Amino acid sequence: MSEKPRYERPSLQRHRSGAMNKMGSFPGLRSKGQIDGVAVGELVERYGSPVFVFSQRTLEDRIRTLRDAMRLRWPRVQLAWSYKTNYLDAICQIHHREGSWAEVVSGMEYERAMRNGVPTSQIVFNGPYKDDASLERALVGQSMVNLDHYDELAAAERIAERLGLRPKVGIRLNMSAGSTPRWSRFGFNLDSGQAWDAVRRLLGGGKLDLAGIHCHLGTFVLDLDAYREAAGKLAAFANRLRDELGVKLDWLDVGGGFASQSRLKSQYLPGEQATPPLSRYAEAVADGLRGLNTPPSEMPLLILETGRALVDDAGTLITTVVANKRLPDGRRAVVVDAGVNTLFTSFWYQHQIHPAVPLHGTPEPTVIYGPLCMNIDVVADSLLFPPVEVGTHLLVGPVGAYNIPQSMQFIFLRPPAVLISPRGEHGLIRRAEVLEDLVSLDRVPDWLRGE
Amino acid sequence: MARFTETVLVTGLNATDNPGPGVAVAQSLRDDPDFGGRIIGLAYDMLDPGHFLPDLFDASYLIPYPSGGREALFDRLAYIQEREHAGVLLPNLDSELPALMGQEAALGALGLRTFLPSRAQFDQRNKDRLGELRDKFGIPVPRSVNLVEVEGVYALHKLFPFPMVIKSPFYGATIVHNTDEAVHAFWSAAAQWGYPVIAQAYVEGEEVNVTALGDGRGGMVGAVAMKKMLLTDKGKGWAGVTIRDRGLLSLSEELLRVLSWRGPCEIEVRRDRQGAFHLLEINPRMPAWVDLCFGAGQNIPLATARLAAGEAVTSLPDYRVGAAFVRVSTNTLLTIEELETLSSAGERHGRRTS
Amino acid sequence: MELDLAISPSGFVFDPRTGATFSANPAARLLLEGMQEGEGLAALVARLQAHFEVGEADDLERDVLEFLRVLQDETLVPAERELEG
Ligand SMILES: Cc1ncc(COP(=O)(O)O)c(C=O)c1O
Repeated sequence: MSEKPRYERPSLQRHRSGAMNKMGSFPGLRSKGQIDGVAVGELVERYGSPVFVFSQRTLEDRIRTLRDAMRLRWPRVQLAWSYKTNYLDAICQIHHREGSWAEVVSGMEYERAMRNGVPTSQIVFNGPYKDDASLERALVGQSMVNLDHYDELAAAERIAERLGLRPKVGIRLNMSAGSTPRWSRFGFNLDSGQAWDAVRRLLGGGKLDLAGIHCHLGTFVLDLDAYREAAGKLAAFANRLRDELGVKLDWLDVGGGFASQSRLKSQYLPGEQATPPLSRYAEAVADGLRGLNTPPSEMPLLILETGRALVDDAGTLITTVVANKRLPDGRRAVVVDAGVNTLFTSFWYQHQIHPAVPLHGTPEPTVIYGPLCMNIDVVADSLLFPPVEVGTHLLVGPVGAYNIPQSMQFIFLRPPAVLISPRGEHGLIRRAEVLEDLVSLDRVPDWLRGE
Repeated sequence: MARFTETVLVTGLNATDNPGPGVAVAQSLRDDPDFGGRIIGLAYDMLDPGHFLPDLFDASYLIPYPSGGREALFDRLAYIQEREHAGVLLPNLDSELPALMGQEAALGALGLRTFLPSRAQFDQRNKDRLGELRDKFGIPVPRSVNLVEVEGVYALHKLFPFPMVIKSPFYGATIVHNTDEAVHAFWSAAAQWGYPVIAQAYVEGEEVNVTALGDGRGGMVGAVAMKKMLLTDKGKGWAGVTIRDRGLLSLSEELLRVLSWRGPCEIEVRRDRQGAFHLLEINPRMPAWVDLCFGAGQNIPLATARLAAGEAVTSLPDYRVGAAFVRVSTNTLLTIEELETLSSAGERHGRRTS
Repeated sequence: MELDLAISPSGFVFDPRTGATFSANPAARLLLEGMQEGEGLAALVARLQAHFEVGEADDLERDVLEFLRVLQDETLVPAERELEG
């Protein structure tokens, strides 16, 4: 008896010119049954769904690639892991084992870096609000504090005076560079002369020494020229500091912002084609710094605060299909067990979505929704996706950057995270939350307690 | 030179009123007695006219859009190569190049060779970076600024006079006559295409075009200059004639030299009233009028295919001035079954040889 | 049900009334053919069962009803039309 073909739900696709042709996913959307050699099924069975999975191998590769690419082109280079990108202790410790320092933007982050054993002198402290106690701890600890505004400068002076210290500080600069939108709300503006005024004010105060300059252009910056231009402006500023004011800098910090392999919603080409490799970012920075006039013995330390570009591609979320629907406009809808509560970055990025098993059948325009009872909970809109059964695991990536720290317990608890070692071992690096984690913070005041 | 007998894959079969170059490329190959290979068309749409020119193409296949990613494209190329065993790939659309540049190894594994610019060369000709050619090499590019904030628009009048051109690096350009129009054009370009928005001095004059082929080491293998005689409402040439102007060809030569351009390109230039040339754009591929080059004596598509195949082509013979073309728009009759074949199989086979 | 469509074995569907063309997968093609023969819900479900290996999780009745909505959405079938039993 001949075998009957396996049933696939009926699908009728209107031909539209300019729409993705059916070869768009020929010969079938690639499935990814494993992550670094560990089967998806094994991970879900062990840790549940949804679950974040990090590849130690990818993370280490990215760190080493950037470090080596920059060291090839500049004599003194230091990476400072941007904590806000991913706070997990295990992830931070991988960075520190690779020799990275820490870059933090709040007292909480500062404490996390200390917990991970980072010496305070190897912490870069940025951000527009550093509370007095945190600022004091950082100045006393000889961290690299980059001042963001005049009020912070005054606060640092008060602390220095009170404690009888003369701390070294840096200042954060903002500027126009390349075609990236300006993040002009942070630091002092270089182009208008405000930064120069700030330096004179700082030196004139006589309580602080200027030891560094810092700028962070933005995030997911695809434009290499932005780095070339920004580094050029930093070098010119450093030259002027040296020539006119005799200031010798200890550090020169170009911030973070390099793009990962992800893809912005507005972006036509996928990351593999649009994102420059790390070596080209390094080249752009080195090109820009070429104008720096400093004797080799006084070369400032070049600090990179790269976050996203190092960890994003190392992170995948495994999620599971919980329902199929047909929308009134004819599109298919798939509901999965992780939404924007877990994948905050879905608001800005078109993540890649691979099924864990090969899918057959005609790809149709499909929306992937999360489990929240909110209209905004869209993981992917208008994806060409074949029919997929309830229970199928989907791999969403790259999601290693910003999702862990920005995920929230809205409606659902936060999922666990797992690390796979280069040898294929795997283990939790964050356990799944339980209700007690949340409600233990709640208090009911006395007046509500009586009968 | 020996007859060229490799099978060639040609993209850009959309010979519509905003034509892709693939059909003109295939025509140049097919009509040259030095070409003895097969021609396989690669297209994105079932209705791309190139599918229905069986005199030119031995077969044609649908391929995934560039936005579908490299993996899908290479999977499809592997499928096609199992059947066609082509030796050369001639991609003819800008948006295809990012997936192919620097992929010699992966293409080589499929038996395919290309003759393409490097990523750095490709980026250097982005509209928002053309100004660097002026600053670094003295190439006459109209003055321009890249804008990322609307404030810059209000200061434009200090840089160059109205009218000026507001455009995005990707597509479209608007001529504006005052700050209000410039602000409006800035926002519509930014909304549609993002940043930067480019403001450029407007050069009054007539447009002339050059198809050129660079050897990748700064040399120019061939170049043909053309003046459009009839334009569509999209500004595309509907008829044109080859011209010769020493200044224009030496500008092209200089450009290929400073860029070390590898592969074919189309250079768009404006000649002002004083006879000076201004570079407007460099398209990183052949134009849809490239068959005129063949007609005038330089088979740039065949030379590109030969270079891709590793043959040495040093320089093409001089071309004839006054060679002309006119695009003829005719209807080709089909049956619904022919569409069905393409729709269900994604490919069409069989060349008509009469 | 009145369904004036040219349906080829490969799943290419042509609507002679509007000139629209479609690709149908095997199940859709089968349903279209059944509807052309005037089959109701039960017969269409049986048709699918006869041709395919159907899994436990599959809900054929729902799929047929949803497919009818798709046809209505594409204006291949009038909006008010319902399938018989
Ligand atoms: C001061 C500073 N440095 C570094 C980063 C890390 O940026 P990215 O993840 O884009 O590399 C950020 C992120 O916003 C930042 O604000």
